[in-house]
Amino acid sequence: MMAENGIRLTEEEQKRRRSRSVALGLVLGALVVLFFWVTIAKLGANVFKRPL
Amino acid sequence: MSLVTDIHDDFSAKRRPTVSMGTAGDYFELLKPRVMSLVILTALVGMVLSPEPVNPVIGFAALLAIAVGAGASGCLNMWWDADIDARMSRTSKRPIPAGSVTAGEALAFGITLSVGSVLFLGVVTNWFAAGFLAFTIFFYAVVYSMWLKRSTAQNIVIGGAAGAFPPMIGYAAATGSVNLDSFVLFLIIFLWTPPHFWALALVKSGDYAAAGVPMLPVVRGAAHTRLQILLYTIVLVPVGIAPSFMGFGGVAYFVVSTVTGAAMLALAIKIYRTGDGEAANKAAMQMFGFSILYLLLLFAVMLAEHSFGFGAGMTRALGVLFGGVA
Repeated sequence: MMAENGIRLTEEEQKRRRSRSVALGLVLGALVVLFFWVTIAKLGANVFKRPL
Repeated sequence: MSLVTDIHDDFSAKRRPTVSMGTAGDYFELLKPRVMSLVILTALVGMVLSPEPVNPVIGFAALLAIAVGAGASGCLNMWWDADIDARMSRTSKRPIPAGSVTAGEALAFGITLSVGSVLFLGVVTNWFAAGFLAFTIFFYAVVYSMWLKRSTAQNIVIGGAAGAFPPMIGYAAATGSVNLDSFVLFLIIFLWTPPHFWALALVKSGDYAAAGVPMLPVVRGAAHTRLQILLYTIVLVPVGIAPSFMGFGGVAYFVVSTVTGAAMLALAIKIYRTGDGEAANKAAMQMFGFSILYLLLLFAVMLAEHSFGFGAGMTRALGVLFGGVA
């Protein structure tokens, strides 16, 4: 019912949206890994030195 | 009542809202990847000039931030120049004039990446480097694209500074400051930009004229442009060799910068001597192509020297050659 009221994407539009979604997912995943390594590189062993 | 009627008409006509047609590749194209690869190389060279070794993870993150910042400024440039890009054969297939990405999407993408790259560089390295990157993005997107490009024939001379800053940003990311060595790297790219782009503009002057961009050949004519290419190349070549005598370019750099510099000069003289016509276009395109190789070689050799440690400074090498103390 909702699909009938909403926009129905063509096959080409769906393909392009999927390409954007996959790229965005990969970029976000890569950023998570990068932030982790940068944190380790900057803080080193101090990562574990914090008050409880 | 009319508002209600308008809204009703909108729905009843079943007008289809705009759906984004951009692929991931289109968005990547907005970042001007070829320019970005040159930025990565030149910023990396600026970074390896640092007297203190840089942590590879921090160095990689800083390079990524600088590259994305440069890409973001390219994206903002494409957003602003979409109207003239559509009128020129070389640029008419870019994502915005081609219709795959809307101007609004490109603007949002460019601003997001600009802010993100500057903040990331600041957090990862230091705020001086981040400020320098922010200034570079502003300089390219606002000073060059919005102001100079359509108003003066010196557009790429002054605007070229934006493309020349990356080695200084790389050095700043590694050390928190800039020095004379990184400034010389800036100067090499700054002096290289006019002969490089004017060689292309000589061939594409019709395109630029149709788009209303006051490039030097359009405003001052081909003969004046050929003279300017020669003059800039005469100044560029010795500056290109200078690192060898300042202690941060080795023997390999001296040989490569001298040989390729001589070739650049020969091509500039050829352009100057060749009149108009097909031969002139061929000479200009030779200069355009070779100038890319020239800059690439200078920075690649300097990177190799500093990375693999075979870059004995020229002053030291000359001392050895002439029997002095190394």
